[in-house]
Amino acid sequence: MAINWFKYSAPTTFYGLAGKLIPWFAISSVILCAIALYIGFAVAPMDATQGQFYRIIFIHVPTSIISMFLYLVMAGYAALGLIFNTRLSSMMASAVAPTGALFAFISLWTGALWGKPMWGAWWVWDARLTSELILLFLYLGFIALHASIDDPRRADRAAALLAIVGSVNVPIIYFSVKWWNTLHQGSTIKYSGTSMHIAMQQAMFTMLVACWLYAIAVTLMRVRSIILERERHTKWIAQLAEVK
Amino acid sequence: MKPRQKRALYIVVALAAVGLAVMLVLNALKDNVSLYFTPTQVYNKEAPQGRSFRIGGLVEEGSMKREGDGLTVHFVITDLKKSLPVVYRGILPDLFKEGKGVVAQGKMEADGVMHAAEVLAKHDENYMPPEAADALKKAGTAASSPASAPAVK
Amino acid sequence: MSLDIWMRENPLTYVWIGSYGVAFLIFAIEIAMVMHKRKITLQQVRLMREAEESEGI
Repeated sequence: MAINWFKYSAPTTFYGLAGKLIPWFAISSVILCAIALYIGFAVAPMDATQGQFYRIIFIHVPTSIISMFLYLVMAGYAALGLIFNTRLSSMMASAVAPTGALFAFISLWTGALWGKPMWGAWWVWDARLTSELILLFLYLGFIALHASIDDPRRADRAAALLAIVGSVNVPIIYFSVKWWNTLHQGSTIKYSGTSMHIAMQQAMFTMLVACWLYAIAVTLMRVRSIILERERHTKWIAQLAEVK
Repeated sequence: MKPRQKRALYIVVALAAVGLAVMLVLNALKDNVSLYFTPTQVYNKEAPQGRSFRIGGLVEEGSMKREGDGLTVHFVITDLKKSLPVVYRGILPDLFKEGKGVVAQGKMEADGVMHAAEVLAKHDENYMPPEAADALKKAGTAASSPASAPAVK
Repeated sequence: MSLDIWMRENPLTYVWIGSYGVAFLIFAIEIAMVMHKRKITLQQVRLMREAEESEGI
């Protein structure tokens, strides 16, 4: 039996589905976050060279990964909206953007706090740091461009173009430490495996999943408001229990 | 072709074009995008002359000397092929150690020594408890040293 | 300079407040903003409905 995916890509059904899913994502995110913090601070040992400061990695790396991944998700939804003219895809792209921007900011912020005691500088203009800063500006540019155009359909299309073109930046962030000389160290997690201590890995990956679930929950909450706002003249909105 | 296929094609072509353009620009600006030059590049005169630039590599083992004032430090930065002497007056970052990565910014003076205004430590991507690091040190010399080299190409 | 010394003496406090504290604060603010937005949007939609209904009569 084939699932009718188009049924769930309609705002009508998605609105209700998202409302049912949000608590589950939120609760599992909180639980996983608590587990990650416990492993990260109580189980994982100190680092040989960096002492306690390395523990910033458990928030820095997951938020960085999510900030890049959310950009691809946003650009993907924007492209779908542009190609198929679907209402929900463009709404999802707008709903992802603020969360992505916040994750990019947290990544830069925690990175600066890690850089100061270890490198000796809050900030350097190396390729990894600069391209992540560009990612934050791309998110902000997307939000600002969308907000500056009154007609939502035209705003969707203009912002989608920006999102798609900007996605070129994501592989640049990822490979920057390989392609150029940077102060930022290389990737710890490689295809060939990792040298990281097992408890450190567990803390980092658990936090990664927690951040991912958080991002889904908060994006779904935001998209429900966007759906309400944009579809407010339709009949199905008038029949919703919370509107009556 | 349906309009939606046409739009998809435009997007793919636009993305490929922008990607290619960005790649070409970044490739042309390679030396400007990189944060530092290696001693080999300085030796080959690829580094800027007469103005400040950054140099990166490893602090050569046994090269670090402190002057009597306790603040001025002499050390040698190496990429395992060429090396370059540096003098710096100031507080070094905690992770500054012989055999570990370092990035120094300053000017080459006529005496062939870089007078650094800023020294940053570059740590590697390996995280392990102190016991494991000790075991690694005891177990082998070959395995541990290249791992901490900051992208010596 | 005093911050440099303080963070080395209290690395865990520095990590907790500086990185995790700030990150969780940002998450909390985002959640609050999203919930506020939902409240406002629902109010607007209800107001619009009421206006339309009274016009219809």
